[in-house]
Amino acid sequence: MNSANPIGTNDGTLEAWRPMLELASREVFEIMLGCKLEVQTDQASLPCEFTAMVGLAGQLCGLLTLRCGSQSAALMASKMLGVEIKQADEQMWDAIGEVANMIAGNFKNKLAGMGDSCMLSVPTVITGSDYSCRSMADTAPLEVAFQFEGAPVIVALELHS
Amino acid sequence: MKKVRALIVDDSSVMRKIVERSLRQAGIDIAEVREAGNGAEALVALKASSADLVLCDINMPVMDGIEFLKQLQGLANVKGVPVVMITTECSESHVVQALSIGARGYIRKPFTPEQVKEHVIPLLEDKK
Repeated sequence: MNSANPIGTNDGTLEAWRPMLELASREVFEIMLGCKLEVQTDQASLPCEFTAMVGLAGQLCGLLTLRCGSQSAALMASKMLGVEIKQADEQMWDAIGEVANMIAGNFKNKLAGMGDSCMLSVPTVITGSDYSCRSMADTAPLEVAFQFEGAPVIVALELHS
Repeated sequence: MKKVRALIVDDSSVMRKIVERSLRQAGIDIAEVREAGNGAEALVALKASSADLVLCDINMPVMDGIEFLKQLQGLANVKGVPVVMITTECSESHVVQALSIGARGYIRKPFTPEQVKEHVIPLLEDKK
């Protein structure tokens, strides 16, 4: 790594990793939830009461977040457990934490040589949207807005050297 | 195949339910499923009563899956009980370490029920 390009991508931004982040997210939703995940271009009015965070430490150092509204979180839990949405309410926090954890793990496993040199934290989930997060990242975050069965969700990656 | 007593170790209750469902979808005749939220809870559960199969995550609070495997070697009543890791941590070093200290299988999350079947059934057949 060098100071001009601390994260090691060709242009020093995370854009080169967008396809891998999309693929890592899609695989988790298809395999564990049985849902197709589609990329959205418009994320202006997305409700984000739930934020799941997984820390990355080591050669890749930063944070992967998954943000969504309560309806999306409940739908995720319902799909994972194979139960009605009403029955899945209590499991929303756990479900989105686990989805974020799997996306982070799947993503880092797709980066050649990153498996051994990047560790993941256990997930943390916060609720509420009236907060600000001060990131230590020194690159612009890579954000991908998706939709599954009409429910929006955003996956973001922030890294620092 | 005899009825199986399974212990599922994961800090996510949703994931524990998914693993249990995968075992049932694999056609495994389940006598009992116990759950533990980390390695320390799993050791307590196994000291109280053994199991025929343990499925264990790696990244967990309190005691992770690798430490659990190490401490499991000291438990007399679980000798020969197959432990399969189910985890997002799939680096070569994690896999080699887990297999070298007693894990009998390694499944990467996200996983399909077919992968659980593929890894678990041969281990249960070995025990017959």
